Amino acid sequence: MSSETATEDVDSEPTTEAELRARVEELEDTVASLENEVGDDQQKMTIVATQGSFDMAYPPLILASTAAAFGWEVVVFHTFWGLDILHEEKSRNLQLSAVGNPSMPMPNALAALPGMDRMATKLMEKKVDDNGTATIEELVELSLEQGVDLQACQMTIDLMDYDEDDFYDDVTVGVGAATAVQHMADSDVQLLV
Amino acid sequence: MSEEYEITETLDVKGASCPMPVVKTKSATDDLTEGEVLEVLATDSGSLSDIDGWAQGTDGVELLDQVEDDDVYKHYVEKTA
Repeated sequence: MSSETATEDVDSEPTTEAELRARVEELEDTVASLENEVGDDQQKMTIVATQGSFDMAYPPLILASTAAAFGWEVVVFHTFWGLDILHEEKSRNLQLSAVGNPSMPMPNALAALPGMDRMATKLMEKKVDDNGTATIEELVELSLEQGVDLQACQMTIDLMDYDEDDFYDDVTVGVGAATAVQHMADSDVQLLV
Repeated sequence: MSEEYEITETLDVKGASCPMPVVKTKSATDDLTEGEVLEVLATDSGSLSDIDGWAQGTDGVELLDQVEDDDVYKHYVEKTA
């Protein structure tokens, strides 16, 4: 279709050699820029991780490290409680909430008792260990090794009074929503967890 | 089956579950050169589908074979580029 248009344009214009050469150059530029766009076959994924409970820390890390194993370029933007996944100390101590969790084999009235969250977390940690599932810390290290860009939202770092040194080495800080939006726009897959 | 090709390296991820078998397999194939074959030993039953999917979606590797042997899933991955 576009080639027809191009032919018509050329036909309708004076066909001096200089003009034709200019026209060819112009078309070559257009083809080159189109090839650039099409040639970018690097798959990209951006995940926004907002949750910092024990169970919600797993999905973004598992998907990110797996996508990186496919050779994808992966960014995980951690904001609000999602920051705790990147916080070295807190990441080792993420809690499972027993209250309001329909998968817990106990009524909410019982789950709300003191110590229940800790008990539920201990039980889950044991299951994770028995199953050979990696710990959050291991998955963070693994993701970083695989080249995943783990980003910590600067606004929430300040809001939560965290220090940049609290995070794992190689975590990206000093980024905000605009960076996340830019990565999402460039990505083939975008997920909010 | 595994006798048809020469195994260059063996990766033992027995006891580890998702996403470890795939991610470790990826790292191990990075260290191979073209034509070399990696043997992966896993106990995660999901590794059959996962390593197959990973190999199909990844350039430069080919899954030659998968064998279940006494609760161990053996995967043979060739580095093709």
